[in-house]
Amino acid sequence: MPVTLFIPTALRGFTERNAELSLEAATVGELISALTQKYPDLRTHLLDEKGELRPFVNVFVGEINIQSRGGFAFPLKDGDVVTLIPAIAGGARG
Amino acid sequence: MIILPLRVESDIRGEARRAYPWECCGLIVGTSSAGVRRAARIVPLNNAREGEERRRRFAIDPLDFARAEREAAREGLEVWGIYHSHPDHPAAPSARDLERALPFYSYVIVAARDGEDRELNSFLLASDRSRMEPEEVWVGEK
Repeated sequence: MPVTLFIPTALRGFTERNAELSLEAATVGELISALTQKYPDLRTHLLDEKGELRPFVNVFVGEINIQSRGGFAFPLKDGDVVTLIPAIAGGARG
Repeated sequence: MIILPLRVESDIRGEARRAYPWECCGLIVGTSSAGVRRAARIVPLNNAREGEERRRRFAIDPLDFARAEREAAREGLEVWGIYHSHPDHPAAPSARDLERALPFYSYVIVAARDGEDRELNSFLLASDRSRMEPEEVWVGEK
């Protein structure tokens, strides 16, 4: 089923400057997989060595942050709007 | 290279003083062309860390970020920078800054010692994520 994925400015350098993509996926995991297959250079910045989402990337389906709602297993339905939002953090000391 | 008009640089430094001894954080909004980023204004945001942790860490709520990015886009501007302060610590990226850095953004760090703003530097994440590379900061008009 097609869903719309919004790419933040920071990652558009990896998506041929596309801000909005339409991809087929039944779960958030499938969506991220479809995205990184289409744009392999994005994988390093989205996923860690274990294939898990890096902590500085939030995935929102509508207004739901999927992190506490099943993560990659979160189901998608036709027409869903998914947004990648940077989780900006840091600091002087760990 | 990033260009910070005097007013914008002063605003960032003011945020660092105001937040001391905690870390301030926010976004830099402006334009970019041919490798030159020009700041139009800052968007001060709440440090989403809690209590004493704010002395050494910062976080920006993703929904605050998304809202600021939408507002900038409506003005024909973009969010190209993130600033934060290092209270009683040098204006250089920490291991945590590197670990949490994203590509693309200019990370402006201002040191604040004993409540006074000190050096201000900017960094970009290397493409292999191995380090933060310094970038030139021009303060004033150009």
